[in-house]
Amino acid sequence: MQRQAEAVERARLAGERIHHFHGGLRLRHNKKISCEVPLERVPLPARLFVPLLQHAGSDLANALVQPGQAVLKGEPIGAYEFPDRGFVHAPTSGTIVAIENGPIAHPGGQAGMRVVIEPDGLERWTTLSPCPNWPGADPQDLLETMRRAGLVGLGGAVFPTSTKVQGAGAAGVHTLILNGAECEPYISCDEMLMREQAGKVIAGARILRRAVGAERAIIAIEDQMGVVEQVLKKALAASDAEHVEVVRVTTIYPEGGERQLIQVLTGLEVPSGGLPQDLGLLVQNVGTAAAAADAVIEGKPLIERVVTVSGNGVKRPRNLVALFGTPISALIEQCGGYEDDVQRLVLGGPMMGYALPTDAAPVIKAANCILALTAKDIQAPQPEMPCIRCGECARVCPAVLLPQTLHWQASNGQWDDARDSGLMDCIECGCCDFVCPSHIPLLDWFRHGKGMVRKRAAEQAAADLARQRFEAREERLARIKQDRKDRIAAKKRQMSESSESKKKVAEALERARKAREARSGGDDKQ
Amino acid sequence: MLEAVLPIAVLGLMFGLGLGWAAQRFRADSDPVVDQIEAILPQTQCAQCGFPGCRPYAEAIASGEADINQCPPGGEAGIQALADLLGREPLPLNPENGVEKPPRVAVIDEKICIGCTLCIQACPVDAIVGAPKLMHTVIASECTGCDLCLPPCPVDCIDMVERPASLMDWRWPEPGRKRGAA
Ligand code: SF4
Ligand code: SF4
Repeated sequence: MQRQAEAVERARLAGERIHHFHGGLRLRHNKKISCEVPLERVPLPARLFVPLLQHAGSDLANALVQPGQAVLKGEPIGAYEFPDRGFVHAPTSGTIVAIENGPIAHPGGQAGMRVVIEPDGLERWTTLSPCPNWPGADPQDLLETMRRAGLVGLGGAVFPTSTKVQGAGAAGVHTLILNGAECEPYISCDEMLMREQAGKVIAGARILRRAVGAERAIIAIEDQMGVVEQVLKKALAASDAEHVEVVRVTTIYPEGGERQLIQVLTGLEVPSGGLPQDLGLLVQNVGTAAAAADAVIEGKPLIERVVTVSGNGVKRPRNLVALFGTPISALIEQCGGYEDDVQRLVLGGPMMGYALPTDAAPVIKAANCILALTAKDIQAPQPEMPCIRCGECARVCPAVLLPQTLHWQASNGQWDDARDSGLMDCIECGCCDFVCPSHIPLLDWFRHGKGMVRKRAAEQAAADLARQRFEAREERLARIKQDRKDRIAAKKRQMSESSESKKKVAEALERARKAREARSGGDDKQ
Repeated sequence: MLEAVLPIAVLGLMFGLGLGWAAQRFRADSDPVVDQIEAILPQTQCAQCGFPGCRPYAEAIASGEADINQCPPGGEAGIQALADLLGREPLPLNPENGVEKPPRVAVIDEKICIGCTLCIQACPVDAIVGAPKLMHTVIASECTGCDLCLPPCPVDCIDMVERPASLMDWRWPEPGRKRGAA
């Protein structure tokens, strides 16, 4: 407890000095190509396909609409089973054509339910409900507005923002960190957002800071982001925001990871199994902050985002603002189409992204980047060789794990051992995979392994529940049986008791009779 | 010679006594082997093993009364885990006890149900709710898919269906396997 209080105090100095995290990689940046032209909006496509599975940690949203129904822009069309998970909204006005299974962005290429909307082109908004007078609003109202707006972390984790902020606020947060450090090569959506909508990001910082009850906010950007720092500082000076600072961090992959960024800013590690709020910190992506500003100031739900379209396989790389549900093919088209030698489409960055089998998949809240890669971008798969125990993987692992050990355990199915060795702390950054001279697919193993550990935990929980219920039932049945036995025994006892007392009465009568006889006999003698 | 043997013998005797005493003093209350075996069993409580539940089967394995290949829901993986735990050779699942099936859940056709409560009495984990002459229903999250409610139903209104696959259940496949084949 003492140590934690100390750590919270030290975390207050976040950003004063730039620290380092363990390992990491210096990667080719590859961001300039997509930052040369300003943000563009993707024209309204003929149809939008809005997936119902968009938020982390919950099942499909239930559709709130039916085919044939007219919807307005910003109207909720899907609601999650858990109310704190928020909503999915109609990105434009039009008619619901279908609710069907179809291609979605999914690492396994699985299909998913999508609400298909035919736009009417009028972009008629539903009634917007902003949070009036937000600089003085009650934090609870701010959170509720964000929940209704379907706000999720736009850095890629898509965890519901209101839930995260509420949890952190309850634990006590002194510093809000806005994560503008995009660690992966190519991805520049946050950089472009900060360049073009700095005012909105700063307003979002103030809103989130108020919602969580923090004293200050830090906007962390990379030292390679060029003009972003000046733009933000200028916007800060122009706004009446206080206690908002811009801090530059060194560009080392993966410093945009939540835990790594905290370590860079404070020199402190979030304990394994712990959360940033244990240090009094909350980290939010800058895109999320801008979306919070839209939700709170204008009452607009989350229906679009900035997406980087880049890579050598696309003609004119750039950043686009796209409505959710826009087919990725429409974004590619906006960028001039594919180059002839395009080989692979990836959602996310080159390190952590996954290949998409089709560009029919629509843009979702988690889609920060679409990469079209050519043969020369893709490393030809090299034959895997046995681990030579060189230790390179451990040297670069930012989570300070021992990937070679984890791999040994995972490939031998020793899931409990792998879990105990910290598998669940792996942030899936792929650094180990990148440097391994034996070309062992370490990242794939760890993704698979984390799924296995989760699955086993879920199965164990189900088995424990079944055991408890079985035992409870056995106990109940035994109790009922015992009760019945007790009752019968009591009855018997009662009956035998009653026969006993009868006997006693009879005996008493008998005794009395004998006594009488004896007496009368005596009288006779007298 | 004797100087060497004697101290070792004395030490051995001392340790032996100490260990013997500790074994008595710190004896576990319930049989740890049975607990470990039970932890591996899937808790379906289906009785296909021939014992009235997973715990009794665990006890039977521990006492040597039953073999390790009698639990169809646990399947190959379960047998392997039991073999590892007990240091035995894994055996193929005994077909007399049944076959391994994907996880299933009972569904009551509520239009046909007459509310006889027989299935409620049969369910080993109390996963069916209902009352006499009132329609019954299965709490899907608590159903272990044991099939025990099927035989007693007089109107045959219970079906075992495969648990619907959810995108949430998707996991990254083992490297080297085909993608999507979770
Ligand atoms: S993928 Fe996991 S194990 Fe590998 S370097 Fe990143 S955090 Fe470490
Ligand atoms: S980098 Fe590859 S070869 Fe080297 S220790 Fe790690 S897993 Fe083994």
